[in-house]
Amino acid sequence: MIVGQREPRVDGYDKATGRTKYYEDRMPANALYVRIKHAEKAHAIVKSIDTSAAMAIPGVVKVLTCFDVPNLPFATAGHPWSMDPGHRDTADRLLLNRHVRYWGDDVAVVIAENEVAANQGVRALEVDYEELPFVLDAQEAMKDGAPQLHDDFPNNILKHTTNIKGNYQEAIKEEGLIKVEGWYDTPTVQHTHIENFGCFAYMENGRIVVVASTQIPHIIRRIVGQAIGRPWGDIEIIKPYIGGGFGNKQDALYEPLCAWCTTQVGGRPVRIDCSREETFVSNRVRHAIRYHIISWLRKDGTFAARKMEVFSNQGAYASHGHSIAAKGLGAFSQHYPCPNIEGDAWTVYTNRPAAGAMRGYGMPQANYSDECNIDDCAKAIGMDPVEFRRLNIMPKGFHDNFSGNTNYYDTYRECMAKGAEIVDYERKRKEYGHDTGNIRRGIGVATFWYNTAVYPISLETSSNRMQLNLDGTVTMQCGETEIGQGADTAYAMMTAEAIGLKSYKDVHVISCQDTDITPTGTGAYASRQTYVAGFSIRQTADLLKEKILKRAQAITRQMPYNMDIVDGNIIRREDKMVLMSLQELAMTAQYDTVNSEHITAESTYTIRNNAYSFGCTFAEVEVDIAMCKAQVTRILNVHDCGKLINPALAEAQVHGGQSMAIGYGLSEQLIFDEKTGKPLNNNLLDYKISTFMDHPRLEAAFIENPEPTSPFGTKSLGEPPACSPAPAIRNAILHATGVAIDRIPINPHVLFAELSKAGLIHDSWLDKEEK
Amino acid sequence: MSQYKLVHCNINGKDVERMVDVRASLTDMLRNEYHLTSVKKGCEVGECGACNVLINGEAFNSCIYLAVWAEGKTILTLEGLEGPNGELSDIQQAFIDETAIQCGFCTPGFIMTAVEILNSGKEYSDEELRKLLSGHLCRCTGYENILRAVKKTMYKRLGKEMPA
Repeated sequence: MIVGQREPRVDGYDKATGRTKYYEDRMPANALYVRIKHAEKAHAIVKSIDTSAAMAIPGVVKVLTCFDVPNLPFATAGHPWSMDPGHRDTADRLLLNRHVRYWGDDVAVVIAENEVAANQGVRALEVDYEELPFVLDAQEAMKDGAPQLHDDFPNNILKHTTNIKGNYQEAIKEEGLIKVEGWYDTPTVQHTHIENFGCFAYMENGRIVVVASTQIPHIIRRIVGQAIGRPWGDIEIIKPYIGGGFGNKQDALYEPLCAWCTTQVGGRPVRIDCSREETFVSNRVRHAIRYHIISWLRKDGTFAARKMEVFSNQGAYASHGHSIAAKGLGAFSQHYPCPNIEGDAWTVYTNRPAAGAMRGYGMPQANYSDECNIDDCAKAIGMDPVEFRRLNIMPKGFHDNFSGNTNYYDTYRECMAKGAEIVDYERKRKEYGHDTGNIRRGIGVATFWYNTAVYPISLETSSNRMQLNLDGTVTMQCGETEIGQGADTAYAMMTAEAIGLKSYKDVHVISCQDTDITPTGTGAYASRQTYVAGFSIRQTADLLKEKILKRAQAITRQMPYNMDIVDGNIIRREDKMVLMSLQELAMTAQYDTVNSEHITAESTYTIRNNAYSFGCTFAEVEVDIAMCKAQVTRILNVHDCGKLINPALAEAQVHGGQSMAIGYGLSEQLIFDEKTGKPLNNNLLDYKISTFMDHPRLEAAFIENPEPTSPFGTKSLGEPPACSPAPAIRNAILHATGVAIDRIPINPHVLFAELSKAGLIHDSWLDKEEK
Repeated sequence: MSQYKLVHCNINGKDVERMVDVRASLTDMLRNEYHLTSVKKGCEVGECGACNVLINGEAFNSCIYLAVWAEGKTILTLEGLEGPNGELSDIQQAFIDETAIQCGFCTPGFIMTAVEILNSGKEYSDEELRKLLSGHLCRCTGYENILRAVKKTMYKRLGKEMPA
């Protein structure tokens, strides 16, 4: 068995020696610098741009403005193209925009021979704006008379959808129901992969080549073609190793602009390198979403009816749009099934940075709000939170008609039981929660709902090419990208297993995608990689094996049925005799002077399955009342992501998700000036991601119920770990202090306000003032 | 003042000299003049630690260290850590063995700070190690396996059993 073992990463050596090449490490020495003029207004119309001072700077080659770009509105979301026009993303932006819709919007570029001249050129541009009123809050933006961002979307509503089951209005008339209602707020946060976004472009043989730090090379080829009005075959996208993405790079960022810029300077190489400050504001962010949830409970702890309203802050441009809010709304009726559900979700344009995909795709937001409300429900009827969840959560056998997903196992309850045992939940739940001193301990739980890949909402496809090398190893290529998560290692292991090689080291995964060469795939998103690639790996490995055995038949005179590949050798099934090695076979086939063959296989598999992937988090906290500080002292995630392909990498995925979610729960938020709409903390000093000092030991555990639809029994794990820690921390704080905090991040500012309101802290300065 | 200045230093065991722009950072010099691309740029203002190198044995964010200050200094980058035939040092091997690497972008900086910590020959507690490593940001690993890689190597060098 190769799959299921703890193995080191295939790219470990190169990364440990610093040899791995990211986009900037492949930069042509003669690349011109493109630097972007970002608007310093939240909402305005550009009247004119005076470029004369910029053009006078030595080294400046060209200035291009929003008055120069092609009038080809394009959509940026990294979704597969849809042949149905009604199912496409909203094409609402140009390469540079005259209508400025957020502080940081792109209005012009300066192209220069060096970085200093390019930056000086940007500063020398004089932009004349007609200022417009702006709006930063989604619900405010929906009101009549609010500033309007896009002509075709009245009240700034990009989309509104519903989720209705049974009859909510009738159901709430039942006598004796307890109403548990809350408003839950989640912040605008950013991916903050350590490598900022960047790319370079040049022309070769009349075509445009873009080397970009992206998760989705094949999709970027299509978007670049659309945005600059060139046939897609004219575009070649190369994706080198990338320094993290987390969804930000599941979007066309500046690849289209960079491609257009090279065409404006005669095909010379041009580079766009986002600074950290630009990455925070002018790439993508996570949607800030406000939820309103009403639960109607019976005294026995069951739900009579539930209602959810979702207000998703899209920011200035559609990007991934309503897909994010819709995912959470769809999960609402599945996570805790209830016969009577009323749900509404609105995605609303505002003058904030455009929100796109980010690890969890709407579920960290939805999950936070729902798991807050669930704990509040348990508290309202005096039931233990784990017990309450056991009672109401999606049971084994639950089937969702839309996705076709079935909960094949009692996954949720198994995960909670395992987690509770590991952390000694029952004892601590009794012991904690009674502290009266300054430090108060609490333990909390939250579960999460997730699925795998994007079927049936969008196309799910994976293509794969395998080549038998002359030494008996196999080279493998696919369009599903390595972005740090370890996908290449999982592919190598699955490929070796499917073909019958001795070791995963006998598979050479071509890590870097080139759309001219790599079989078409859609890229890294939706926690789809291992699941989706598994189908095409299995299918292509079967095809390769068939060709190998057919060739072996001619050489060994054994029928293919009676042969197999084991440990890199062709064996006879009946007596397990080794007939020849794959190396001998490959050499004999290649150098056959009569009938030479280079043995390869390539195929596409269209995946028409999806898979539930569930789990939970247990968090322990200590709240320092006087300091208004909550500290996580223990955190455990339990996941059922099916069979683990590589447990060491799986644990590492969980750690990363937990870390991101600890920041989401306690410290991260992008802040905007109410008076101007200007972002105030778009740097790594003032925007607080989790550091080495902010974590306890991160713990991961698994329930390995094999996923029946997957050829390797696996399902999603990339995004799920980021979904449940924030509400588990909030619920632990509720246990520790009795205070339910319905907004994140729960930083000292929020804790001060909430603990004061609850009477737990008392500001003695106020007493003095009163005296 | 001339815009360019000759800077002599020792990089990865070799005495070198190059004319550099007086405004250039050490990151720029190492990447652009010497092609030492393990030195990464994540913020260029000393916040993330990706550009960290050892200067006379001490860890510095090379993005906020002027290239001209390197005059006469001994600089070690990740490229200087491996043996002449590509042999890995103990800490590099530990990063691989402990799954402490994901996207790999913060890795070079972390390893160089780990080298500084390990070269001190001291035994540090988990809390001390966390503090010593906290100048580096990582968004992939949650730092968990990085801590284990450093700790294991520390105990190995000290010839002691790692406490459970």
